[in-house]
Amino acid sequence: MTKDILVAIFGAFAPMSVLMFGGANSIIPELHRQVVDIHAWMSSEEFATLFAVAQAAPGPNILIVSLIGWQVAGLAGLLAATVAINAPHCLLTYFIGGIVAKAPTSGWVRALKEALVPITTGLILGSGVVMARAADHDLLALAISAATAGYVVFTSRNPLWALAVAALAGIARVHLLPL
Amino acid sequence: MSPSQDDETRPAPDLVQLFSGFLTLGLLGFGGIAPWARHIIVERRNWLSESEYAQFIGIGQVLPGSNTVNAAILIGQRFHGAIGASIAVTALLIMPVLLVVVLALLYGRFAEISEVCAALAASAAAAAGLVIGTAIKMTVRLRLTPTAVAFGGAAFLASGLLNVPLLVTIGVLVPLGLVVKLWRRQ
Repeated sequence: MTKDILVAIFGAFAPMSVLMFGGANSIIPELHRQVVDIHAWMSSEEFATLFAVAQAAPGPNILIVSLIGWQVAGLAGLLAATVAINAPHCLLTYFIGGIVAKAPTSGWVRALKEALVPITTGLILGSGVVMARAADHDLLALAISAATAGYVVFTSRNPLWALAVAALAGIARVHLLPL
Repeated sequence: MSPSQDDETRPAPDLVQLFSGFLTLGLLGFGGIAPWARHIIVERRNWLSESEYAQFIGIGQVLPGSNTVNAAILIGQRFHGAIGASIAVTALLIMPVLLVVVLALLYGRFAEISEVCAALAASAAAAAGLVIGTAIKMTVRLRLTPTAVAFGGAAFLASGLLNVPLLVTIGVLVPLGLVVKLWRRQ
């Protein structure tokens, strides 16, 4: 029973590891598809909440995957998810990276790098939209998403300020407009 | 990996130093690790020259995965082979993973308080905005060619709106993009 769910966690996340071009942000739609649509481990709202918790912690954004593992199957789930999302791409980097490092200017590698740039950007934008669809249930949330996007585009300040202001706005709303 | 270009001698970090360096990095990386990584690896610890570091990060970016995690693999590998790579990655991830679980437990305990719920729901909306803003900023700064915009747009449509599996999106767009790049260069 528990073993089955650990195998399912591993099977869902390990392939994503080697598809994670441009960091964790590019796999959010696939993560959402696997966790919410395919395996029904949680609702879209819970997914959005976990993402917010993961963002509030220091470290790489990939923590969302560890947290999903924890939520689904406790400590064993945490370990399965963390190993599944990290080990495959780490092994790939270990074996290919050493070779690539010796030929950093070869035409192939540069072409691949250039080809990946716009695709990565598109995937990140897709991630943002999937997250917004999971998180934005009212006008205030929509306004917060839009304002935060603007904050990132027009300033270079620490993103944590935007999260803090948003949290305060959420609290203020509870007191001003009780639902 | 060839030795560093400049004459400055850099003693290789031992396994303990490798562990402590990446442990610190994991703890500091609020809102993204990348700026801290350079500060610690190049300036404070002096493990690599600026250009070596740029090279490692560049390779880490081409390969799938978080580029800091990949850079940890490459740096650990360079100094201590497979053991070094394992130590560096474990050190980088262990504290953030523990902290995020603590945060989740705290959230679980206080989730009934409506303020906590509201604050987190609003943070989730903001987190979505952060990702959208980052993508827009990257697009503006990159000054993409029309072909690149087409590839980016296709990736966005497939992943953000059409719910296409990532394997399909990447399996189609990356080889196609590579072919276009190589063909144009001839």
